Amino acid sequence: MSNDRRLSAPGQLQAGDEFATSGLVAAELPDTPLAELATQHGLRPSAERPPVIQYLRHLWQRRHFIMAFATARNIAMYTEARLGQVWQVLTPLLNAGVYFLIFGLLLHINRGIPNYLAFLVTGVFVFNFTQRAFISTSTVVTESLPLIRALHFPRAALPLAYVMIELQQMVLSMAVLAVIVLCTGEPISWYWLLVIPALLLQTIFNVGAGLATARLGSNVNDFSQLLPFLMRTWLYVSGVLFQISTLDIARKWVALLQINPAAIYIGLIREALLKSQRQSQPGAMPYNALKCAQWHHAKKPLDWSAYCAPVTNPAHYWYYAIAWAVLALVVGFFFFWRAEAKYGRG
Amino acid sequence: MAAADAPMVIADDLHIVYRVFGAGGDKGTAATALLRIMGRKTRGSIREVHAIRGVSFVAYSGDAVGVIGRNGSGKTTLLRAIAGLLPPEQGNVYINGEAALLGVNAALLDDLTGERNVVLGCLAMGMSKAETKEKFPAIVDFSGVGDFIDLPMKAYSSGMGSRLRFAIAASKSQDILLVDEALATGDAEFRVKSHARIQELRKDAGTVFLVAHNLEEVEQTCNRVIWMERGKIVTQGEDVIGIIDRYIEASGGTPVDRDPVTGKRIHTRVPAKT
Repeated sequence: MSNDRRLSAPGQLQAGDEFATSGLVAAELPDTPLAELATQHGLRPSAERPPVIQYLRHLWQRRHFIMAFATARNIAMYTEARLGQVWQVLTPLLNAGVYFLIFGLLLHINRGIPNYLAFLVTGVFVFNFTQRAFISTSTVVTESLPLIRALHFPRAALPLAYVMIELQQMVLSMAVLAVIVLCTGEPISWYWLLVIPALLLQTIFNVGAGLATARLGSNVNDFSQLLPFLMRTWLYVSGVLFQISTLDIARKWVALLQINPAAIYIGLIREALLKSQRQSQPGAMPYNALKCAQWHHAKKPLDWSAYCAPVTNPAHYWYYAIAWAVLALVVGFFFFWRAEAKYGRG
Repeated sequence: MAAADAPMVIADDLHIVYRVFGAGGDKGTAATALLRIMGRKTRGSIREVHAIRGVSFVAYSGDAVGVIGRNGSGKTTLLRAIAGLLPPEQGNVYINGEAALLGVNAALLDDLTGERNVVLGCLAMGMSKAETKEKFPAIVDFSGVGDFIDLPMKAYSSGMGSRLRFAIAASKSQDILLVDEALATGDAEFRVKSHARIQELRKDAGTVFLVAHNLEEVEQTCNRVIWMERGKIVTQGEDVIGIIDRYIEASGGTPVDRDPVTGKRIHTRVPAKT
């Protein structure tokens, strides 16, 4: 690489700018070429990312750091607010309240959905988990710059910790959700246990996606500005507020929306928690064209979605959930790791 | 730990170029940004600053290297490059082990208490939970922040903050410790303590780089000096006193009175001695 063209940068040594160094004993550099000397003594380039296996091992070593960092951040987040930790529960509740007011009471988007309140609140809470993971990790590198510059640790620990913060909040939200769901008349059942693997898979998905957004947000400032709009669009197409199958669009688009990761995780958790959802799932009853058409087109809709044929097979949703989680984790991790040496440039 | 006299840091014809966005060029308004995007032009306002231009040196285990030079001569950039935070444009820096950089404005996590910062710092450096617990009292004691330990770090004075940061980073025997004016804000007592700690780290075959404008500090702490001007090394060597005197001369300062035999500074007043 030629260096000549860069010497135009400010700060060139001018004539007459030399310093008198005669009479001083300058240190001699060794005779061996320096790069060779470095290899001989096992020195590594400082701005080099470690190999994957070693990186993962370092990351595992920092697991206590990740948890401690998440807890500390979680506490610090609300210290300025008078209500403190109560906001952790209050924020998703208020969110759900706003959506219920607009979409449930004013716009009547709840047509044909049994127990719309529980349907909506579950959707909002689950989507919120992924949304917050995306938005918080997009700024993690810039926010933690001092820490990155001062201490040596695998940088992936930071987005991981941020997702753990969101997980801690999500567990709390789930407790609130259980109460709401019970109040709307849904029964407790063994199906509820399915929430655990669903949340686990969603967390893995969020970790992978969070790693990717952390890298994108670290060098493209425009990205974190754009993200809220992308997330809002995602919210509207993921069936948080309505059944995707009621949309008046081609079947292939319905299918595509139904298997998008947010819709998959929302669907799985809704089905686990809400008996009304399990019963009204398209395909839950034998296909009946007349009843299905009534559900779609009747002025005053009946809860007959169960008599319609499903566009995508609900039995496959768990496979999609696993596939999305693994895909996001692998792609996100490698994407983040490749830029490991560049975080902290600022 | 590396054997004595093993190279710990090698800079081989190192060049570092910063890219600065938004430096002049257009007015930086929305309209000019739009024009730029419509015209598919690259950002006209990217400027390159060639901060380090061809620096080579070898530092060995047990060395305490002082880096001196005027503001903007590339001292901080050099340290950042050693820490691996700035990828080299040309040439390379090689290090043996891990490097920790202590900068003057490197707050850890401002809105967390000192206590939590200590714990997080230790865990981030790869210590186990038990080790962290064991070192905690020593770190707090060393930093001397006292009762402030359970207050958020944003409530700290700059001196207290840098003391705590130094205490955390120095608690682990780092292979390479890069101190960038981090001791400048500390008080006299802390300076004595931190010097002692730096000597200990050197004994553990670590290498310390010290950027300081306080030349007496460099004299007392370092066995080697690198004098930089405008991104290049003017001279480097073990003749610490000789180089420092020449640097003072070049920057037009008053020459230091020295004892002709020991080379120690002669002070008209007796300084607070360790």
